Amino acid sequence: MATESEKGTELVFHPMDQFIVKPLFGDGAVGLFTVTNVTLWMAITVLCIVALLVLGTSGRSVVPSRIQSIAELCYGFIRKMVEDVASKEALPYFPYIMTLFIFIVFSNFLGLLPGAFTTTSHIAVTAVMAMAVFLAVTILGFVKNGMGFLSLFWISAAPLPLRPILALIEVISYFVRPVSHSIRLAGNMMAGHAVIKVFAAFAPMILIGWIGILVTPLSIIAITAIYALEVLVAFIQAYVFTILTCVYLKDALHPHH
Amino acid sequence: MATETHDTASACVDSFGGAIGMPQLCGEWFGNQIFWLLVTLVVIFFVLSRIALPRIASILAERQGSITNDLAAAEDLKAKAVEAEEAYNKALADARAEAQNIVAQAKADIQGELDEAIAKADAEIAAKSAESEKAIAEIRASALDSVKVVAKDTAKEVVSMMGGKADAKSVTAAVTARMKG
Repeated sequence: MATESEKGTELVFHPMDQFIVKPLFGDGAVGLFTVTNVTLWMAITVLCIVALLVLGTSGRSVVPSRIQSIAELCYGFIRKMVEDVASKEALPYFPYIMTLFIFIVFSNFLGLLPGAFTTTSHIAVTAVMAMAVFLAVTILGFVKNGMGFLSLFWISAAPLPLRPILALIEVISYFVRPVSHSIRLAGNMMAGHAVIKVFAAFAPMILIGWIGILVTPLSIIAITAIYALEVLVAFIQAYVFTILTCVYLKDALHPHH
Repeated sequence: MATETHDTASACVDSFGGAIGMPQLCGEWFGNQIFWLLVTLVVIFFVLSRIALPRIASILAERQGSITNDLAAAEDLKAKAVEAEEAYNKALADARAEAQNIVAQAKADIQGELDEAIAKADAEIAAKSAESEKAIAEIRASALDSVKVVAKDTAKEVVSMMGGKADAKSVTAAVTARMKG
């Protein structure tokens, strides 16, 4: 990493510093229960969710206000997704999926505020959610179908000699699910934010030399463009995480292909 | 992003507060993040499942219900409107028929009265003309008598003037015979 010594006269790259977890009060070490920037931004996320889904719908009007219609839109969007992708029997699990979606989508968007800490850019956060989905879906699969859940790996449509090989592949891919599920989200969030930071580091080039006349506007345009992309990614990754959860849930409820 | 946290007791942050490697892979922060994540998810889950989702579901159900009700009411009103129109048309037709009847009745009545009046007038005319004829006959008869008397008198006078002795009986007989002849 670049040094601090001559700020302003040389480019300073700290694209990863935005992801540092630090205590909110004091300089101590980060313990299990320390109130950190993670706590702060997760609390803000909760407040935003409450504002949208609870305060926004407090009118209970048949003709909805703007905020209420956004809340209804979220509700309808996820409910329809659960119903379409994971079938009607998955509807009892709708609140869990809604919790995941609404947390991820708000974290992603709040992370786009300048100076914000993006909780979903951390593999620790996404891995917990992905593992929770993985374990829940696996346990649910065995509870609902007993050993019949294993037919998920035994593809009866394939020719008999191929089945053991396919079963091996299926099992491996099944256990890779939580990894891809979590890294996809964290990786997308981290990469975009880091790229914005790298471009931002090029922005003060105009203070350093004549080449900055060219580089500074370019980097600002690039930041804008990447930011627009990140707005898209923020929603799409929340959507992808949710729809994959629905797909896994469908496998648990209906393991027979 | 360099901060003042120079003495941070962390293996993941250098002495200038910069990140060493990827902060995402810093194991000593995992516990903290996971703890707060679980707290957050539990809070969100309870807010959603206890308050937000049932409320939104009831709002949507209520809206669906009122839309269905409104549609049904509209259907009802439409049926009523059709009914009312039919009733109106029927009433109109009835009124028309009634009017026709009344007109026909009035016409018949008037015709009857007219016929009666004409008959009465005819009868009166007939009676009057019979009376007149009778009167005329009377007059004629009396005129004839008068002519007879005048003729007899005249004949007597003529006979006496001629110097004859007028036999009243024979003159009368002669006049009567002449007048018949």
